[in-house]
Amino acid sequence: MKALYFAWVRERIGRTEEALTPPNTVRTVSDLIAWLAGRGEEYAYAFENPRIIRTAIDRAHVKHDAPIAGAREIAFFPPMTGG
Amino acid sequence: MRTIRVQTVDFDIEAEVGALTRGRADIGAVVTFTGLCRDEDGRLAALELEHYPGMAEAEIARVAAEAEARWPLLGLTVVHRSGRLEPGEQIVLVATASRHREAAFEAAAFLMDYLKTRAPFWKKEHLADGSCGEWVAAKGEDDAAAERWAAPASAGSGRTSSAEVATFSRRREKAAAKRPDEGQTGPS
Repeated sequence: MKALYFAWVRERIGRTEEALTPPNTVRTVSDLIAWLAGRGEEYAYAFENPRIIRTAIDRAHVKHDAPIAGAREIAFFPPMTGG
Repeated sequence: MRTIRVQTVDFDIEAEVGALTRGRADIGAVVTFTGLCRDEDGRLAALELEHYPGMAEAEIARVAAEAEARWPLLGLTVVHRSGRLEPGEQIVLVATASRHREAAFEAAAFLMDYLKTRAPFWKKEHLADGSCGEWVAAKGEDDAAAERWAAPASAGSGRTSSAEVATFSRRREKAAAKRPDEGQTGPS
């Protein structure tokens, strides 16, 4: 799946997007965030407070208990501040 | 008629309203809301608006569909800018058209409240002293403003009952105590 990062999540990780192949044990958004946080300092920093991270699968908001099976595009970002 | 755009260039309010009403005789009310970039008492040189291309338009369309389902709208326009915007510049336009004013007023407020909490846009501050500031933190009051619409709408009459107003006040206090910046796993 393709991962996208926005705003300070993007800045902390240091990239805008990448391809991810998590192991089969990673089933939900929560699992994926925990797995990503273990990939290195920059990821640990970006996901240090998982509760405030918002996620979208295939361009629609999802909660952290959402399954990631079948997701083509998954995005991580802070709470939104548009308008 | 529904128009949704994300663009870097400025928009012309008169032109957008004209596009909503041109050639029609059934519209009795148009409400426009325009959000502008503030300088925060001289502190800011600019705001940088980042967005999630594709999802931003899709999410605004979902919010627009909800507004169309709740109020008898005859037209709706949302234009949101991205990129670097200086104080005084226009950031966002919401325009709603209806037979009567109540639906247009309420739908415009609903659209703005939901856009702020659901549309994937983020603001970064550029400070007047030339340095790069922080990302703007989400405000609990914005969540509370969106939450007040969660009560079932009295679609058609478009009136808010006093009970709904009271619920809104309580939620607002609760949300303000809970935030800033955490306590939720997702806005939906």
